[in-house]
Amino acid sequence: MNLPIDSVMLVLVVTNLLLLGLSQLRSCVHAVAVQGFALGLLPLLVRQSGGPTVWTLLVVLVTIGLKGVVFPKLLQEALRDADVRREKRPHVGYTMSMVMGFVALAGAAWLSSRLPAFSGSPSTLAAPVSFFMIFVGLFIILSRNHAVNQIVGYLVLENGIYVFGVVLLHELPLLVEMGVLLDAFAAVFVMGVAVYHINSEFDHVDVDQLDKLKG
Amino acid sequence: MFLIVASLAVFSVAALFAVLPAHRPVWCVRAGIFGACVGAAAGLLAAVQGLFGGSIESMRIPWSIPGGELHLGMDPLSAFFLLPITGLGLLGAVYGAGYQRGGDAKKLGVGWFHYNVLLASMVTVVTARNAILFLIAWEVMALSSFFLVTHEHDKPQVRAAGWIYLVATHLGTAFLLALFVILGEKAGSYEFSAFAKAGASLSPGLAVAAFAFTLIGFGTKAGFLPLHVWLPEAHPAAPSHVSALMSGVMIKTGIYGLIRLLACLGAPPAWWGWCLLAVGLLSGVMGVLLALSQRDIKRLLAYCSVENIGVISLGLGVGYLGLSRGSTTMAALGFAGALLHVLNHAIFKGLLFLGAGSVLHGTGTGDMDLLGGLYKRMPWTGTTFLIGAASICGLPPLNGFVSEFLIYFGAFSGVVSTSSAAVVSGLVVITGLALIGGIASATFAKAFGGIFLGEPRSDQALHAHEANGLMRWPMVALAACCVLIGFLAPLAVRAVLPAVGMIVPVSSDALDAGIAPAMEPLGWITAGCAAFAALVALLALLRLRLLSGRTVGETGTWDCGYARPTARMQYTASSFGQPLMAVFAGLLGTGGTGTAPRGIFPAKASHTSETPDPFRSRFYDPLFLRTLGLLALFRGAQHGRVQMYVLYVALTLIAFLIFSLG
Repeated sequence: MNLPIDSVMLVLVVTNLLLLGLSQLRSCVHAVAVQGFALGLLPLLVRQSGGPTVWTLLVVLVTIGLKGVVFPKLLQEALRDADVRREKRPHVGYTMSMVMGFVALAGAAWLSSRLPAFSGSPSTLAAPVSFFMIFVGLFIILSRNHAVNQIVGYLVLENGIYVFGVVLLHELPLLVEMGVLLDAFAAVFVMGVAVYHINSEFDHVDVDQLDKLKG
Repeated sequence: MFLIVASLAVFSVAALFAVLPAHRPVWCVRAGIFGACVGAAAGLLAAVQGLFGGSIESMRIPWSIPGGELHLGMDPLSAFFLLPITGLGLLGAVYGAGYQRGGDAKKLGVGWFHYNVLLASMVTVVTARNAILFLIAWEVMALSSFFLVTHEHDKPQVRAAGWIYLVATHLGTAFLLALFVILGEKAGSYEFSAFAKAGASLSPGLAVAAFAFTLIGFGTKAGFLPLHVWLPEAHPAAPSHVSALMSGVMIKTGIYGLIRLLACLGAPPAWWGWCLLAVGLLSGVMGVLLALSQRDIKRLLAYCSVENIGVISLGLGVGYLGLSRGSTTMAALGFAGALLHVLNHAIFKGLLFLGAGSVLHGTGTGDMDLLGGLYKRMPWTGTTFLIGAASICGLPPLNGFVSEFLIYFGAFSGVVSTSSAAVVSGLVVITGLALIGGIASATFAKAFGGIFLGEPRSDQALHAHEANGLMRWPMVALAACCVLIGFLAPLAVRAVLPAVGMIVPVSSDALDAGIAPAMEPLGWITAGCAAFAALVALLALLRLRLLSGRTVGETGTWDCGYARPTARMQYTASSFGQPLMAVFAGLLGTGGTGTAPRGIFPAKASHTSETPDPFRSRFYDPLFLRTLGLLALFRGAQHGRVQMYVLYVALTLIAFLIFSLG
C-alpha cells in the first residue's frame, strides 16, 4: 500500500462515479477538473527516490494546467455559449449508469487480475483504476448526447491512459507524455470550436442528430 | 543508372512545380509540361543505352520498409519496355500542351502533376528489382492514372468510368499481393532475384496458383478478356494524350510484369503456353469484334487495344510453347514478335488516340455516325490516322506487319514439326491471327471511312478545324516511326533480340540462328515494299508532270449523278459494319430496335442498334448486383450515429482484450 497514491486513486474512482450520476453539465465539468488536478499530482508521488527532477515538475505543472484549468475553462465557456444546463435525454438513465459503473469497476478488477504483474509498480490499484477510467470514458461517449459530455468522456478516457502510463510504466519518456498532452489539447480545442459552431448553426448540440447532415 | 535517377528526379520536381500555388498558374503548367518532356527524354536516353549498351546495371539503397529495398536495375528487358514509356510520354506531353491550350490552368496543373507521377511510376515499375518497391510503384501508377481518367470529374459518366477502373485495378493488385506473399514466404526475401531461386522449388499446387495469380493480376492491367471491362470505360473518359499513354504503354506494364514474374516461376511447362494462346485468341477475336461494333471512336480504339493485347499474348504463347519444347526458333520468334508488337502497338495506338483526340478537339464529338468528310478539313490528322490504321491492321510496308509476321512465322515453325500438339498450336495461332487481322481491317476501314471520307454528317463535322502545331508534330513523329520500323524491319528485329535473350536462356549466337529462317523472307518482303513504294512515288511524279499546266476540276464525293445529294444518303459507319456484325450477332448479343422501310413508297423508317459489352452485361453486372444484395444485409449497421460507431470499436477492442487475457 502506498497511501498518497492510493488516495489519488480513490479520488479518481469517486469522480468517475460522480460523472456517471450527475445530470448538470456544469457539475460534470467540475468533476473532470478535480480529476485532472488529482491525476496531475501523480508523477510527483511516483518518483520519490532522488526527489523530483525539473522535467517531472514541468510535466506536473503542464498536466494540472491543462487538465485542471484550461480544459474545464474551455468547456465552461462552451456551456455558457450554448446555454444548456443539463443532459436532457441520455441513452442510458443515471441510475442505470451508476449500476453500469459498478459493473465496469468489477470488470476492470477482473481484467487487471489477468494482466501480468508489473515489476516495481507502486500501487496495486493503478491497473484496475485506469481500466475503469477507460471504460467509463467510453461509456460516457456512448450514452450521452450532449457534445460537451462527449468531450468529458474523451477526457476521462485520456486520463485513464495517462494513469496507466504514469504509474505502471514509470519509465515513459517525457517527450511522449508531452506529445499526448498536446494531442489532447488540440482535440479538446477543436471539439470546443466545433461545439460552438454546431450550436450556432443548429440551435442544439445533440450528436445523435448529426446524422441528419449526411447526404 | 544515372539517367534513370535523373529522370525520376525531374519528374518529381516537375510534378511539384505543376501544383505550386502561384500568382500565374499558367507558368506552373508550363513547368510541369517541360519537366515531363525533359524527364522522358532522359529516360529515353537511358532506354537506348540499356538496350544497345548491353550492360546490366543496378542501384541499391537500404529502405526502412520491412522486406523493401530501393533496388533499381536495368537490363535489356527493362530497357525495351522503357523505350515506349518514355518515348510516348514525351510525345504525349507535347501533344497535351497543344490539346489543353487555353484551359483552366489550376485544373490543368493538377493534371500535369498526375501525368508526371504516372511517368515516374511507370519508369519505376519496369526498373524495380524488389517486390515491395514494385508493388508501391504499381499502386502509384494505378492511382495517378485514376486521377487522370477522372480529370473531367464534373461529368457523371467520367466518374463512373473512374470507379470501374479503380475497382478493376485493385482487384488485380490483390492477386499480385497474394503472388508476392507466396513467393516471398518461399524465398525469405522480396528481391526478384531471390524469387527466381525460390520459384523453381514451389510445390505443384502452389506453382499452379502462382501462375494463375500472375495471369489474373497482370492480365487485369493488360486487359486480357474477360478482365478487360475497364478499358472501354476508362480510355474514352480520359483526355486524349492520357488515353494514348494508358492504352499505348500503361497496359503494357502488365505484359512486362507477366514476363518478369513468369521468369521467376521456373522452367515453363507446355500448359502455360496453351493458357496464353487461349487467352490471346479469346481477347483478340472478341476484342476486335467488339471494336467493330462501336460507334464512339475512342471506345473502338479501346477494344482494339484488347485485340492487340490478345495478339501479344498469342506471341507469348508461341514463345512459351517453344521454350517448353526446346525449340529455339519457335521461342525466339514468338517472343520477338510479342515484344516488337508491344513497341509497335505503343506507336500506332498512341498515334490513333492522338488522332482521335484531334478529331474530338476539332469537332467536339467522337461519334463516327456524326462525322465524315474530315480529310479535306484535317489533312494532317487524316493522313497520320490513315498510316496508323494501316499499321494496326498489319498491312505490309508498315510496322504492325513486322511483328505479326514474326508470330506467324513462329507458329509456322511449329506446324512443320512432327509433334501433333505443335501442329495444332501453330494452326490455332495462324487461323486466329488471320481472323483477327481481317476483322481489324474492316474495323479500321469503317473508322477511317466514317470519320474522314464522304461528306460531313453533322454541323460539328462541317466546321471542324485542323489540330494546332503542338498537336500535329507528335502525330507526324509517330507516323514516321510506323513507316521507319516497317522499312527497317530486319534492324528492328535485331534490336529486340537482347530483350528476347533475357527470356530465352541461350547464347546470342544460338538466338541469331533461331530467328535466321524468318530473316530472309522478311528481308525480301521489305525490299519488295521498298520497290513498291519507289514505284508509287514514280507514278505520283509522273501524274504531277502530266497534270502540270492543265486545269483540274473538283467536285463532291460520291454524288452518283444526283442533282442535290445530301449527306444522309451515305453509308454511315454503323451501316458499313452491319453485314459483318450480322454474322457475329449471336456471339456479341447485338440488339436493335426500329421500323424497316416497307412498300414501294416507304414512309419514315428508323433503326438503332447497340452492342453492350457481353462480359459486362452477362457476367459482371449480375455478379456485382448479387454482391450488393448480399452486402445490403449490413446496411442496418451503417446508420450514421457516431456513438454506435464508437460502440462497435469499443466492443471489438474489449472482446480482443478479454480474448487475449482470459
